[in-house]
Amino acid sequence: MKSNKTTELMVGMFIAAGVAALFVLAMQVSNLSSFGNGDTYRVTARFENIGGLKVRSAVTVGGVRVGRVASIDYDSERFQAVVGLDLESKYNRFPEDTSAAIYTAGLLGEQYVALEPGGSEDVLKDGSQIELTQSALVLEKLISKFLFQKASEGDQK
Amino acid sequence: MLEFIRQLGRGGIGQFAKLGRANLFMLKVLGGFPGLVRRPGLLVAQLWSVGVLSLMIIVVSGLFVGMVLGLQVYNTLVDFGAEESLGVAVALSIVRELGPVVTALLFAGRAGSALAAEIGLMKATEQLSGMEMMAVDPIHRVVAPRFLAGFISMPLLAAIFSAVGIYGGYFVGVALLGVDDGAYWSQMQAKVDLFDDILNGVIKSLVFGWVVTWIAVFEGYDAIPTSEGVSRATTRTVVYAAFAVLGLDFVLTALMFGD
Repeated sequence: MKSNKTTELMVGMFIAAGVAALFVLAMQVSNLSSFGNGDTYRVTARFENIGGLKVRSAVTVGGVRVGRVASIDYDSERFQAVVGLDLESKYNRFPEDTSAAIYTAGLLGEQYVALEPGGSEDVLKDGSQIELTQSALVLEKLISKFLFQKASEGDQK
Repeated sequence: MLEFIRQLGRGGIGQFAKLGRANLFMLKVLGGFPGLVRRPGLLVAQLWSVGVLSLMIIVVSGLFVGMVLGLQVYNTLVDFGAEESLGVAVALSIVRELGPVVTALLFAGRAGSALAAEIGLMKATEQLSGMEMMAVDPIHRVVAPRFLAGFISMPLLAAIFSAVGIYGGYFVGVALLGVDDGAYWSQMQAKVDLFDDILNGVIKSLVFGWVVTWIAVFEGYDAIPTSEGVSRATTRTVVYAAFAVLGLDFVLTALMFGD
């Protein structure tokens, strides 16, 4: 073993390197940097079909992430999915008639909620509900629609 | 036939007795921790030999594991035109599994075997009984600092392994194969969760550090005090530690990521 001081120095550097590595993992690799500064407000939206949307999926406006999906529930009286959206407080100027749609990032990517601002004077507040929604596209439905259409065209000829 | 069954029973009783000794031993080691507050020098010296000296092999293996992973995953993903997801694949597999597990296996080979051999030799050369004669508890003086050093070093080493590995994947993917720099990090940041992935990886490495060091110091302390006994204790340390790490990894993965 080397002299006591060198040992202590190297051990100190080792511990510092370990902590720094943890820090890199937290800041650079994980989603910590994309957490908001904490303050959010909750709005809800009702969809006929949410496809593969998950809790923590992104909520975007014009491609910019403004919040996350906070909860997903099913309303068994109105047969609709109820999605709670946590929007960051700094984006608090969305008109009340903002519409929400579920899109897919890329062909096989994750699904996310895209908001489209409307023209109303009043803004969305904590607890507001988004009235205008558009469900997720389910690929199988789309294909079967297309096939039926083709088939009926064939019948007419 | 009867003789065979009796042998089986004797083996079983022996194993249980050993397990019991290991647990009592662990309790004594834990009892030695308060004494370390008064003698931090013992801990620092062990952190040097257990942690700092393991650093080289951890950094080099981390780098190469990350680079190989980058290369292999890229070759698979490029068929689907999804090579932007390289960062996610590399980061998740390293942070969740490879980081803790490979580090624990290397740690068992590099530091665990050394701990077992050192303590076993101390026993064989009657240094431990010598300490007892001087009213110094060898478990407090010799074993406790080594155990604590292993327990502290392992998560730090695993974190270094993971960080270096992810940069290794970055080097191969972005610098050599031409994946987009921003996509590598941003997709990773979007998919890797601080608590679900990174914290669970750290918990895994804490558990592995505990188990590997426990096996190492116990096997050393429990060794038959001959040169052959010490060599067998060293071998057993590495083998048992590898079994324990791989088995526990399955259990921990099932508990953490199972839903």
